[in-house]
Amino acid sequence: MLEKLLEIKDLSVVYHTDEAHVYAVNAINLEIGARETIGLVGETGAGKTTTALAILRLLPEKTGHITQGEILFKGEDLLKKSKREMRGIRGAHISMIFQDPMTSLNPTITVGDQIYESLLIHNYEGKPRDELYKRVDELLELVGIPARRRKDYPHQFSGGMKQRVVISIALACQPQLLIADEPTTALDVTIQAQVLAMMYDLKEKLQTSMIMITHDLGVVAQTCDKVAIMYAGEIIEFGLAEDIFESDQHHPYTTGLFGSIPDLDIEADRLNPIEGLMPDPTALPCGCKFHPRCKLCMEICKTTLPPQWHEGDHMISCHLYSREK
Amino acid sequence: MEILLKTINLKKYFKVHKGLLHAVDGVDIEIQKGKTLGVVGESGCGKSTLGRVILRLLEATSGEIYFEGRNIMKENPRGLKKDMQIIFQDPYSSLDPRLSVFELISEPLVVNRVFDHKGEMENRIIELMETVGLAERFINAYPHEMDGGRRQRVGIARALALNPKFIVCDEPVSALDVSIQAQVLNLLMDLQDQMGFTYMFITHNLSVVKHISDEIVVMYLGQCVEHASSRELFKNPLHPYTQALLAAIPKAKLGIKHDQKIIYGEVTNPVNPKQGCRFAARCEYCQQDCLAGSISLKEVEPDHFVSCVLYK
Amino acid sequence: MSKAVVAPARKYKRKSRFKEIWRRMKKNKLSMVGLCVFALFVAMIIFADLIVPYRIALEQNVWEQFAPPSVEHLLGMDQYGRDIFARVIHGSRNSLLMGIAAVFVGMIIGGTLASLAGYYGGKVDMVIMRISDTIFCIPFMLMGLSIVAALGPGLINVLIAITITAIPNYVRIIRSAILTIVGNDFIEAGRACGASDIFIILKHVAPNAVGPIIVQATMQVGTMIIFSTAFSYLGLGIQPPAPEWGAMLAEGKSYMLSAPHMIIAPGMSIVLVALSLNLLGDGLRDALDPKLKD
Repeated sequence: MLEKLLEIKDLSVVYHTDEAHVYAVNAINLEIGARETIGLVGETGAGKTTTALAILRLLPEKTGHITQGEILFKGEDLLKKSKREMRGIRGAHISMIFQDPMTSLNPTITVGDQIYESLLIHNYEGKPRDELYKRVDELLELVGIPARRRKDYPHQFSGGMKQRVVISIALACQPQLLIADEPTTALDVTIQAQVLAMMYDLKEKLQTSMIMITHDLGVVAQTCDKVAIMYAGEIIEFGLAEDIFESDQHHPYTTGLFGSIPDLDIEADRLNPIEGLMPDPTALPCGCKFHPRCKLCMEICKTTLPPQWHEGDHMISCHLYSREK
Repeated sequence: MEILLKTINLKKYFKVHKGLLHAVDGVDIEIQKGKTLGVVGESGCGKSTLGRVILRLLEATSGEIYFEGRNIMKENPRGLKKDMQIIFQDPYSSLDPRLSVFELISEPLVVNRVFDHKGEMENRIIELMETVGLAERFINAYPHEMDGGRRQRVGIARALALNPKFIVCDEPVSALDVSIQAQVLNLLMDLQDQMGFTYMFITHNLSVVKHISDEIVVMYLGQCVEHASSRELFKNPLHPYTQALLAAIPKAKLGIKHDQKIIYGEVTNPVNPKQGCRFAARCEYCQQDCLAGSISLKEVEPDHFVSCVLYK
Repeated sequence: MSKAVVAPARKYKRKSRFKEIWRRMKKNKLSMVGLCVFALFVAMIIFADLIVPYRIALEQNVWEQFAPPSVEHLLGMDQYGRDIFARVIHGSRNSLLMGIAAVFVGMIIGGTLASLAGYYGGKVDMVIMRISDTIFCIPFMLMGLSIVAALGPGLINVLIAITITAIPNYVRIIRSAILTIVGNDFIEAGRACGASDIFIILKHVAPNAVGPIIVQATMQVGTMIIFSTAFSYLGLGIQPPAPEWGAMLAEGKSYMLSAPHMIIAPGMSIVLVALSLNLLGDGLRDALDPKLKD
């Protein structure tokens, strides 16, 4: 059994806006062990990014509120830390990669200096400048960029290279946990394949745990050990990658997601999409949040929250499975 | 089979400060009536420019476009819009935020003075909304009040308003969520069945075009590198770039981790391109021949065209 | 079809645009206050002669020089013993019309030029912007004076002068607003359904640029009133003894300490007009933007 690095217990996040309360994350539980990669899959508005921001305590201060729950990082509750303590954790112990590499780098500073800066912030031992710059070179080489390009500005790099720089900044202080929010969505397919392969290798090499946020099941299949499928702020299915990609037992939403992806190996004329749209997060349906779109919806789904069905690590939150027992 | 649209050696160059950007560089395509041509390539390969040049939203540098047998290069581009339409990629920026759904769908009808009577136009708009699966209650809604899928349906309704024969779909689903993507793709296919549209489907995602296309053109830096029927292309990809593109798609299956072929290097700009194959710098089969002379599309198998020196 | 088409009864009636805007406008209390105050000033212009005859505004009562406000003379008297209340009422006609006309005409010309420059870009943009920059370089007063000198003094000529002088400013601001709109896909989408350039500029570009235009316009009215005063001061605009707020302010300045009532009335009028227009403009801008609905 791997030790638990991060434990999310019963976490709920609500955004208070002038008009309404947006229930973005609703009582989710998630555990991440050391050296594990967890894929957080879901569509727009499923609450993936909100979960990530909550872990880093980066929710917009005026509107985003954590209403309940705990986030334990190495046994300590991040929600009880002071702002100052959180600054020491961000970047050094937990770091995040954002979706768009074009806007996450400062265009007026050389990439070398941007990496240097992140090293300097967490330079508690007071290492000398030369040593830090040596580390910058190492980091650049690590992500596959020649160290001589240290003095180049972001605009001199292509999209894929910029994302590599962003990753090297995130890895600068050897964090134990890396949160990657759709790191390859903005990239071309061939470049995406390069970056994913590199991230996978780096993770193995550096023994970092990772939360991979994505909407692409293909990306998950290639990088993750465990997968959590989110819908309307809840984790509706969780399991090892084998459970998700090879088992026959799924939440109807997961089945629908798979049906929506065109399969290159099978001849089919039409896709089988999920009908309907994501529910409005200001007025979530009663009972199972997925029931208005579900083909297998029963009376009980409309009124009662579905129980969690477990088989080994595989968890499905759906009435279909509880009935079988 | 009747050919609806044909381009001959179509070129579009842009002046940039470093020289000439060969966005579209000698593309010949043919689209049969009622069929779909998929145009696939990564960013900067000129696929969107190609679509816009065909619609005459951009003026071609040289080459010819034939639509229903007539050369449309000499016609007034505004007159063509009744026959040729476009669905845009981004349903967020392609709809004017200050107009309601009614006004947005009515725009092509108003501009082209299709109806004399307001009631007739209103009926047509309701009909269009029904066709694209948009509930009537959205008639007064503004774009920001709708989600991506519904916005894209408004975009499709606009394109259908004038009963065009040919529609360029410029990445119509890439900004949408997976489950919504499939809905919109199905809608486009149903519309084609019902009304016999001819599509040119531009995308960077090979898996999306597989279902919808009859034929596929793969583009790289302004040139067409492979052209075959959809089935043939997926079964038997010949050009190294097509192979790499197919290999790069992350598949939702386990056990194929990281043994796949990954091509290195980045897509560059076709600014003042050198002679020879433009993919040579990233190609693992690159030989001496690749760098010299121009390499043209050759029919290596029946109806399967490739521009690569590997196939003689 | 030969018969007129009868539209079937619909569940969802289309809402009228103006009703919608008015409904949203009414929700904004401050902008309604602005509208009321501004309406008062407009009423003042229309009914000036009914409130107090023009004769009173010019009549000099030497005995009552600098008289402070009283029941007979609500706002007091000026250095020639003229009734300030009457002068403010009748001055509104010159001042307000001058300020609003200058901004209105300037915005139309500036907006058109800016639209052309922003929409077409390239050479058109180059030519328009360079000319406007050149005018921008010449000091305000110098520019205005040379135009009046060329055309001869008079109310209309001063109006022309201050309008032209202010145009480059509008062109700059409106053009930058338009540039951010032109990059959007919906401009190309309009073109793709066969719309002409003029249609696109009027239907898509201008409405989306209306926010900064309204803000700029309402802020400029006060400035323009003061600016036109400078011409009156030099004897080129409205000729004394005709009443005008700016001129009253300038005259009163010399007696500011001994007779403050002389500048309070015209000064407050200018401030009130500018403020009410500002509130009205803000409300209008928000009401016109469907994204801020409700």
